[in-house]
Amino acid sequence: MSDARLSVFKTYKLYVGGKFPRSESGRVYEVTDAKNNWLANAPLSSRKDARDAVVAARKAFGGWSGATAYNRGQVLYRVAEMLEGRREQFVREVADAEGLSKSKAAAVVDAAIDRWVWYAGWTDKIAQVVGGANPVAGPFFNLSSPEPTGVVAVLAPQDSSFLGLVSVLAPVIATGNTAVVVASEKSPLPALSLAEVLATSDVPGGVVNILSGRTAEIATPLAAHQDVNAIDLAGADEDLAKELEIAAADNLKRVLRPQAVDYSETPGADRLTAFLETKTVWHTTGALGAAGSSY
Amino acid sequence: MDMEMLSSAFEYAPAPESRSVVDIAPSYGLFIDGEFVEATGGKVFKTVSPSTEEVLSEVAEAAEEDVDRAVRAARKAFEKWSALPGAERAKYLFRIARIIQERSRELAVLETLDNGKPIKETRDADLPLVAAHFFYYAGWADKLDHAGFGADPRPLGVAGQVIPWNFPLLMLAWKIAPALATGNTVVLKPAETTPLSALFFADVCRQAGLPKGVVNIVTGDGRTGAALVAHPDVNKVAFTGSTAVGKQIARTVAGTRKKLTLELGGKGANIVFDDAPIDQAVEGIVSGIFFNQGQVCCAGSRLLVQESIQDELLDALKRRLSTLRLGDPLDKNTDIGAINSAEQLARITALAEKGEAEGAERWSPACELPSSGYWFAPTLFTNVTQAHTIAREEIFGPVLSVLTFRTPDEAVAKANNTQYGLSAGIWSEKGSRILAVASKLRAGVIWSNTFNKFDPTSPFGGYKESGFGREGGRHGLEAYLDV
Repeated sequence: MSDARLSVFKTYKLYVGGKFPRSESGRVYEVTDAKNNWLANAPLSSRKDARDAVVAARKAFGGWSGATAYNRGQVLYRVAEMLEGRREQFVREVADAEGLSKSKAAAVVDAAIDRWVWYAGWTDKIAQVVGGANPVAGPFFNLSSPEPTGVVAVLAPQDSSFLGLVSVLAPVIATGNTAVVVASEKSPLPALSLAEVLATSDVPGGVVNILSGRTAEIATPLAAHQDVNAIDLAGADEDLAKELEIAAADNLKRVLRPQAVDYSETPGADRLTAFLETKTVWHTTGALGAAGSSY
Repeated sequence: MDMEMLSSAFEYAPAPESRSVVDIAPSYGLFIDGEFVEATGGKVFKTVSPSTEEVLSEVAEAAEEDVDRAVRAARKAFEKWSALPGAERAKYLFRIARIIQERSRELAVLETLDNGKPIKETRDADLPLVAAHFFYYAGWADKLDHAGFGADPRPLGVAGQVIPWNFPLLMLAWKIAPALATGNTVVLKPAETTPLSALFFADVCRQAGLPKGVVNIVTGDGRTGAALVAHPDVNKVAFTGSTAVGKQIARTVAGTRKKLTLELGGKGANIVFDDAPIDQAVEGIVSGIFFNQGQVCCAGSRLLVQESIQDELLDALKRRLSTLRLGDPLDKNTDIGAINSAEQLARITALAEKGEAEGAERWSPACELPSSGYWFAPTLFTNVTQAHTIAREEIFGPVLSVLTFRTPDEAVAKANNTQYGLSAGIWSEKGSRILAVASKLRAGVIWSNTFNKFDPTSPFGGYKESGFGREGGRHGLEAYLDV
């Protein structure tokens, strides 16, 4: 019976501003599994798609960065909850994408779910860890606090298409940044499916935008974009990384260079702090008994 | 009392600080591997006193080979210096802090001569902060395990540091103190127009017994700095200066493993609400834009005043500006010193002319400028719009652009409407408004009911095109650690 039934394919789409558009260019490219079998067509994003995604990310930044850390933590935790429910789907997609056995793919997906939980717990702790009062020599209350840097372009790792993706995306949004993600070029399907999870996890539209296509084609306009504040080059090779870092200097983006990362290890706080600014505010304290005399 | 009577009532007799406390040699070499050496090819350049155009000394101009020599000396010294117990490194830094305190009169006079800023600033701001910075980071050297960067964080290696001319010795301290505390060795290039205090600092290192090669000073212009930044054996680049040069440096280090921190330009908004204490706000506006002749990256160069108090505030501000004393920087009564160089004066002059040409209204107090040296009268512009060049570009001079707003939201929007994000000021008596506005400003340092305050424990640095990384405080260690 089941042999006779024709399965329903999924049309994979981009995720921009909380919606699922096709590439404005109308282009797609073939995505295959590790053995070169056709899996799906994925949108081949254009530079216009990249610019649209930046606009959506900028629009979402005020609300997301202004949300309470507790709220962001719950939203990230909700992502883990939704992923858990779709575990089997992602195990299948990751196995296909990365040529892993079912048990290995399951371990990867479990680690990715747990990573959302890990970062969910960070949202309301990072400010206490990296911020604090500074004992200046004068009548001032001086406080340093971390703030999100803004819109972050994230080039997801090419090989670790799902755990790697989650490992670079979650820390960016945990602290209140918004993200434009370029999915693994060869294996974009787990990333595009993650969009469906994000869309049902109370992540406000525009906080995460996911593009598939040629990494170099999409990353180049993102690195040069004047309204992008930072770029994570995890998914760029050496030559592309250098080219993008040069382009990023035009508006002094914060740049996280590619580095060897074992995504199965528990991450440190580095990816959180890479996209944080430190704001230091000096408050005049005045002196009791001499009101108004001590500004 | 009318203005004329007021100013005559406040005539001061000259009170010049003696320059006999400082002995400037007719020439200086490069400080490499613990010794003063000539530059390859023997090229030199003159450094002048901006207030008189008197030549103070001739200084060696480091070529690429000299930079290489300095980097090799720093590399050689790195092994032992980084292996030294933190407590021993700390004691060297404490010694340096103490020697600077002992020699602070001499160094203050020297800095005033070479930079042109008033002695009351070098004496009361620059030098105390320099000593405090070394004292602060000295204490970190043996406590890095507790700084929040994991156990036993490692230094990077050789730091190439390029600093500006507006706070020559203070910027040296901001660069060298954390670098040495964390176990790095340094090659530092002071600005072309203010090389002397860095060369005197070399002598402080000698007195402190600092191992040779740990601190190297190479003097020169932008080409020397570019050679240092591009040197393949430099592990860390730290730069304070213009945004344009900062971008060029970011391109140079792209694709390398060099760690980079940049402290660049600004166009700080100083926001005055209608409930602000007006007299204090006027003092804050003055220190915000006229401290160091406005040649300050975090200057409050845009005054945003709530429309309802504009007239009252501007009247009070103009009255106050009329009492500022411009002249001999060594005079202890001087408020406004000389502009650092002819080149900077030309830039300020051109931008002020552009302000007029674009339709803003220019005002300066009656103010006689000395006949020699580089001088610019305190200037404010009203009727400035956000589109005006003088509201957008960093002038780096004693020029204030006045804009108005009606609501806190509008103030925040205007304050943030800039490519920069270094500093801002908020003047209000209402605590909740201060906190709300401070949280919305996209700037790295915010002063509420004060301005231009600095402290070694307080992280300093910008958002957006004002650069990245922080100097000062625990945060300042990160720039020099392999974390």
